[in-house]
Amino acid sequence: MPSSRKPFPIHIVVFLAPAVIIYTLFMIYPLLDSLRLSLNTVDPATGNEVYAGLQNYQRLFTDALWQPRILGALRNNFVFFAIHMLVQNPLALILATLLSSRFIRGRTVYRTLIFTPSVLSIVLIAFIWRLILSPIFGKALFAPLGITLPPLLGEPATALPTLGLVSVWQWVGVPMMLFLAALIGIPDELIEAARVDGATGWGVFWRIKLPLILPTVGIVGVLTFVGNFNAFDLIYTSQTALANPAFSTDLLGTLFYRTFFGFQLQLGSPTMGATVAGVMFMIILIGVMIYMFTWQRRLLRNTVEL
Amino acid sequence: MKKVLLVLSVLMILLTGIAQAQDTVQLVIESWRNDDLTIWEDTILPAFEAQYPNIDVVFSPSAPTEYNAALNAKLEGGTAGDLITCRPFDLSLGLFQSGYLASLNDLPGMENFGDVAKSAWITDDGSDVFCVPMASVIHGFIYNADIFAELGLEEPTTVSEFYAVLDAIKENGQYTPIVMGTNDQWEAATMGYQNIGPNYWKGEEGRLGLIDGTAKYNEGGFLQAFEALAAWQPYLGDGYQAQTYADSQNAFSLGLGAIYPAGSWDISVFRANADFELGAFRPPVPDGQADCYISDHTDIAMGMNAGTENPEAARTFLEWMTTPEFANLYSNALPGFFSLSNAEIQLDDPVAAEFVGWRSECASTIRSAYQILSRGEPNNENDLWAASAAVLNQSMTPQEAADMVQNGLEQWYEPQMGS
Repeated sequence: MPSSRKPFPIHIVVFLAPAVIIYTLFMIYPLLDSLRLSLNTVDPATGNEVYAGLQNYQRLFTDALWQPRILGALRNNFVFFAIHMLVQNPLALILATLLSSRFIRGRTVYRTLIFTPSVLSIVLIAFIWRLILSPIFGKALFAPLGITLPPLLGEPATALPTLGLVSVWQWVGVPMMLFLAALIGIPDELIEAARVDGATGWGVFWRIKLPLILPTVGIVGVLTFVGNFNAFDLIYTSQTALANPAFSTDLLGTLFYRTFFGFQLQLGSPTMGATVAGVMFMIILIGVMIYMFTWQRRLLRNTVEL
Repeated sequence: MKKVLLVLSVLMILLTGIAQAQDTVQLVIESWRNDDLTIWEDTILPAFEAQYPNIDVVFSPSAPTEYNAALNAKLEGGTAGDLITCRPFDLSLGLFQSGYLASLNDLPGMENFGDVAKSAWITDDGSDVFCVPMASVIHGFIYNADIFAELGLEEPTTVSEFYAVLDAIKENGQYTPIVMGTNDQWEAATMGYQNIGPNYWKGEEGRLGLIDGTAKYNEGGFLQAFEALAAWQPYLGDGYQAQTYADSQNAFSLGLGAIYPAGSWDISVFRANADFELGAFRPPVPDGQADCYISDHTDIAMGMNAGTENPEAARTFLEWMTTPEFANLYSNALPGFFSLSNAEIQLDDPVAAEFVGWRSECASTIRSAYQILSRGEPNNENDLWAASAAVLNQSMTPQEAADMVQNGLEQWYEPQMGS
């Protein structure tokens, strides 16, 4: 007997359509097409694109010219990421904890000040920091303090950590805000109950607050990961696409830019550029999957058990 | 105020109407020289339009770093302008071979240019010319004449005099002897290596030797040039490793340094910003060498989009660019960009005149890596940038840097392979 079947939920399709269409057209299709491009190569004789399988990837990782560049960019990218994970996120957590305390005056002022750099233009940030750290023009700032600044952005050993810290300075406000929102969301009863049970400030932080904001910690970690492996603009504006000095600040983003668009006399190669982009995509995909299948799954399980 | 605006807009509409009524042809120029926009609009184009009132020319530049990519995209999409500003050598050659640039062999007035002038915009076998040469840039040294007068120094002509001058400035201690940084790399390679180098590798003789495989970067003149460059290190300013090209220009304009290794295009920058007397001397020759060589690099030209809808008007404009009138106009409007025309040119700027005067005293050559040698991977020019910066940063010895550049060339360039 035909039961009273529900009509097809057309409204769901209608509501989903704009997002699905736009996202497919402008994100998924270009992504897939870029991956397709990375499997092709340009035939020098005819100028046509021909299918080449994984040749480009093999070339990228084994060719004597490409290998040091891609490995260097990978290494630098992990250093850049490590700086953010070890400096930016703990710092953001400390700041958020301090700012969520009711005993600190002028919290909104601090919050605004710390957040401001992340709404400034990256070009402005790069320009200002270049001026501050410039051995010629930064003298005026540091000479009265009796400090002679080494050329931090000009030495291969210091350029990348310096730029990493500039990036931390700019972006620390964002994870701070996320942590702050999570901390404020913790019910006061829990903290009061812990206090009544005799927990110290430290104890409350480690045993109550931190476990409760762990989901946010995970989100911040994965956002940092994605953001850092896509990073490009700060290096480009501060050190140019050549990632001076001597490629020591080269990230996957700048390597991609040089490869795809070419630089000065070097002509761009869309297929090799797409190959670098493919590597970036794979790394980010793997990173996000690790997060999804370990961290998030454990959190979900914990919630269910609760 | 509103009335004025109203009257103005009515006038504008009327004027546009008149212009359209006269059946004018519009030409668009693609260029990377956005610095020169006002000069084209206020000086050069009005002079042309006065003679050819029915041709309206629009100068439409894009940013230098984006020009190559943007132009390629526009040409492929069929939306590029009628006239294309040509980069030297392989980039333009590639456009011609892809059929985007028209051949200009039969353009009247091309006989006003010598072979060297045309060499950057000609096919390898010399059968097709595809751009009208506009200008070259010359390397040398610009100095702060006030500082030279204060310290009682004279323009050096030989290498030992050059170092004597540098030592004197360093000893005095108030000024940076050489204002140059290695942050941008190309500054060290172009203003350093290619500036002083031709004296060591005997100009064209050495450059052509690299192309036919008889000369090498890691021996003879090309190695000596790296050694000479490395000797500049003690005379550079504090923290030169982080000094950018713009930093160098600013530092010299502010009078912080005495000598600036220059490209002639810097003249107009310093004319606008520096309030002291400028002087110039050419790259010093090694002691005991009689002949001198300068880098007189063919840098900019103009070609015709093969797909233009107004080929006749475009050819009229290009023909006008071959005339002595254009040569004079251009060279004086942009001191530091020297016309490649054979015509006699009177330059008003004394420093620019000094630079161009070296052409008659010394033999000219172009930058060593531009013709043919930057076609492969690794790119020879980019290798030279890295090597020059590394030598000054003391992360490589001159021999190591020269070996690296030579090794890069041997990877793909047949005449240099296996020798």
